[in-house]
Amino acid sequence: MIRTYSGHSSAEQSNELYRTNLAKGQTGLSVAFDLPTQTGYDSDHPLARGEVGKVGVPVCHIEDMSALFREIPLDKMNTSMTINATSNWMLALLIAVAERQGVSPSALKGTTQNDIIKEYLSRGTYVFPPEASVRMTADMIAHTVDEIPGWNPVNVCSYHLQEAGATPVQEIAYSMATALALLDAVASRDDVSDEVIPRVFGRISFFLNASIRFVEETCKCRAMTKMWEEIGRERYGITDPKLLRFRYGVQVNSLGLTEAQPENNAIRIALEALGVTLSKNARARAMQLPAWNEALGLPRPWDQQWSLRIQQILAYETDLLEYPDIFEGSVVVEQRTNELIEQSREEMQKVLDMGGAVAAVENAYMKQRLVESQSQRLQNIETGDQTLVGVNAFTEGEESPLTAGGSLASILSVDESAEREQIERLEAFRSQRSQSDVSSALQNLHDVVNAGGNAVPPSIRAAKAGATTGEWTDTLRKIFGEYRAPTGIVVREGGEASEMTSSVRKRVDEVSQTLGRRVKLLVGKPGLDGHSNGAEQIAVKARDVGMEVVYDGIRLTPAELVKSARDEGVHAIGLSILSGSHSVLVIDVLDGLREAGLGDLPVIVGGIIPEDDALKLKAAGVRHVYTPRDFDFTRIMGEIVETVAEAAGLDNEAGGGAATSNAD
Amino acid sequence: MPTELGARLRARDPAAVAQALNLIEDARPAKREAASALLAELEARGGEALRVGVTGAPGAGKSTLIDALVRELRARKKTVGIVAVDPSSQKSGGALLGDRLRLRSGAADDGVFLRSMAARDRLGGLSAATRAGVEVLASAFDVVFVETVGVGQSEAEVMHLVHSLVFVAQPGAGDSIQFMKAGLIEVPDVFVVNKSDLGAMAERTCSELQGGLGLNDAGADGWTPPVLLASARDAKGIDAVVDALYAHRHHLAETGTLRARLDRGRLAWLVTALRERYGSYGVEAIGGVEAVEAHFATNRAQTFPEILSVLSNEIEAALGTT
Repeated sequence: MIRTYSGHSSAEQSNELYRTNLAKGQTGLSVAFDLPTQTGYDSDHPLARGEVGKVGVPVCHIEDMSALFREIPLDKMNTSMTINATSNWMLALLIAVAERQGVSPSALKGTTQNDIIKEYLSRGTYVFPPEASVRMTADMIAHTVDEIPGWNPVNVCSYHLQEAGATPVQEIAYSMATALALLDAVASRDDVSDEVIPRVFGRISFFLNASIRFVEETCKCRAMTKMWEEIGRERYGITDPKLLRFRYGVQVNSLGLTEAQPENNAIRIALEALGVTLSKNARARAMQLPAWNEALGLPRPWDQQWSLRIQQILAYETDLLEYPDIFEGSVVVEQRTNELIEQSREEMQKVLDMGGAVAAVENAYMKQRLVESQSQRLQNIETGDQTLVGVNAFTEGEESPLTAGGSLASILSVDESAEREQIERLEAFRSQRSQSDVSSALQNLHDVVNAGGNAVPPSIRAAKAGATTGEWTDTLRKIFGEYRAPTGIVVREGGEASEMTSSVRKRVDEVSQTLGRRVKLLVGKPGLDGHSNGAEQIAVKARDVGMEVVYDGIRLTPAELVKSARDEGVHAIGLSILSGSHSVLVIDVLDGLREAGLGDLPVIVGGIIPEDDALKLKAAGVRHVYTPRDFDFTRIMGEIVETVAEAAGLDNEAGGGAATSNAD
Repeated sequence: MPTELGARLRARDPAAVAQALNLIEDARPAKREAASALLAELEARGGEALRVGVTGAPGAGKSTLIDALVRELRARKKTVGIVAVDPSSQKSGGALLGDRLRLRSGAADDGVFLRSMAARDRLGGLSAATRAGVEVLASAFDVVFVETVGVGQSEAEVMHLVHSLVFVAQPGAGDSIQFMKAGLIEVPDVFVVNKSDLGAMAERTCSELQGGLGLNDAGADGWTPPVLLASARDAKGIDAVVDALYAHRHHLAETGTLRARLDRGRLAWLVTALRERYGSYGVEAIGGVEAVEAHFATNRAQTFPEILSVLSNEIEAALGTT
């Protein structure tokens, strides 16, 4: 099956995009939702500001979902929805829309991502505490296993673990532990009979990542295939080979895609795609390829088409599909595969021994391991131990005609009016619905869930009654509460500091002495984007060079960030944004700081920020803008210290003052 | 002499609180002088704020408990200031201050003020800035919390800064036992077994603590430290903790020990500060701890910085003549 992950701006525009892609030969749909939808806020919530329609489509109510699938027959479509904390609600909306189309819910085919564990570890779009979230997932599994047999209720994602830095062993161990947590939660339910468990097991699919080390990735896929079967047999007593089959889809690695020389990414993507298709016995069922220019911003239709072509060439031009498994009898592949299995078993057992995946989220064990691996990876790139072509090696070259004419020419920008129009539609929808129907449906949802019942049926009722995404989530927030995951930042003394690190440390000490107190930096993420890895790595590095770092975490409003900066008395603010909402949010923070009399406080921004936007931000007063191109964190720290010194009116003793010494 | 900053603090201006905290952390000589003057002014006025220390092993849920207490206190219309202390890296001098992550309830509320502080050169202990920070917050908020990590020396130190010390115990973690073994059982005024949602395990920890305390034995000061079950997660038992804190403060007032308790703390700080500057040798040069104590007792009108300055001069004179 061939599909690309997409959706943006509004349900109407996304629907158009889907229908175009289907006409081009795409055989399934993969829906991307915007962050407010993923984290359970309506488009007009204060936290949604700047995020509506940015990384996906906003879906607030049944009319949005209906518009999204206009003229797309749901019974003929395989629909994959990247949704987690609010997945029960999105499925409920989909069921309601299917019924409107005259399609029986039982005919629906597709997948809800619904792997909440990795949200705490990597992606950050969780809402409720882990235990409550796992229960909601179990609700959906229990509901779909009989009612919607063609639905994959859960897609366990090792993908995001790798994006957060996981080694192959960690990727295998933690995703398997996640699957066990969900299966055990279902198996322990009173409303699920033991006979159903094999079918539940058979419906659990995985979503893997594929890095550029494609030989090892081939072994990883083989290892997971073997381990899954083994778990099915030994832990759940399953014998049917069809149900024991390890089914997985893949999106190849985004972490290794570079902003520098972005055209190289097309080659990386093709090689990564090979890693998960070479071994027939462990071949991906579905594959999504990112666009070559993902590190620059939202891809345009043409960019997505290029990725689609890579898959088509692999499938239809090469002889890949003509052979049985080409690694049968390979001693080398077998050995590496077995090593991975052995180490992964050991790591998974560690997690099980501490109480399973939920416990290992709450005590931050898994997160800490991932942050460690990520720090190691970044350090290897910084020192050159790991080669990234175009980034830390072979950086000189001809200018690419693909990115000529300014970066805006090569990315799609979301129309700023999308948010306003979405809010207008939402308000119009609210004013025409029956308020009493909505209230009683939400009350029913509250009562059923509070009494321990399955959340799906009352959610379907609420969807039909016209409840909104924010209302559904708020109802459950009242029962479960909201959750903040531990960061996984491990305060641990590293080894010998590099020469560069030592020199930045020395400078931090000097500047601190002149300032009268140690340089203090606030690091936080405004908006709803929960990808905290970059912010966490910056926080770790800042501490390592001797700064005091206030780590403020995710989902902050500009007003909260301004208050933190003031209360903490910091010398600079580092904001991390990956969702494309930087323009609005950063400007709001700058305005807030000025109003609070902190207009002189230097603000530094990091994230996926196109060059033209970076210029705009700098014009608005941002001191530095860092993008994935800036992999040298030590250099970034050096620049932050100088910015602090400069803002405090101190001389640049490091002597880099060429720009100012040219006055004559 | 009242300063403009002091006046703004008493008017509860959050920007002034931030400014004052920046000042008391500033190591430059001119700023230290201004800071001393400000502290003298604040101490002379002796804020009415309820000062509470919160301690316990990492992971016991101190921050989430404080977060829940803040919500309860805000519902009672009390304003809250918090100093959260985290350890500094011995290698780089840097620190990761992550308490804002867990203390979310005041994120957008000017009735709540949180300042994270690094322990700096004090291993797991409190810096002089912490002590001054408590004074600043006590001048502008109704309730002040000091959160410290670790079971050990910091308890004894933080005790001198606050009216009540809360020990947060993690059910089943065994840290309460360690705590008792370390002989620190007499230090806290209120015990909270957090995560009562864990059920039987929490209750067992509760009984262990009560056993260790010697059931219903009031301490020398006539106060029996309560052992309370609470769940910050489910917001259960939180009101009882707040009630216990006010009850303890009431007890101190009744027994006339409210002031004495903080004085004892100031004396301990005074000795530590002098030792840090001049070493034990210096303190001995003017007659040792007893002499400091005597000076403190007979010069009650003097503010802490004044006493510090007088005794410093004495020590310098004594050392200079030997």
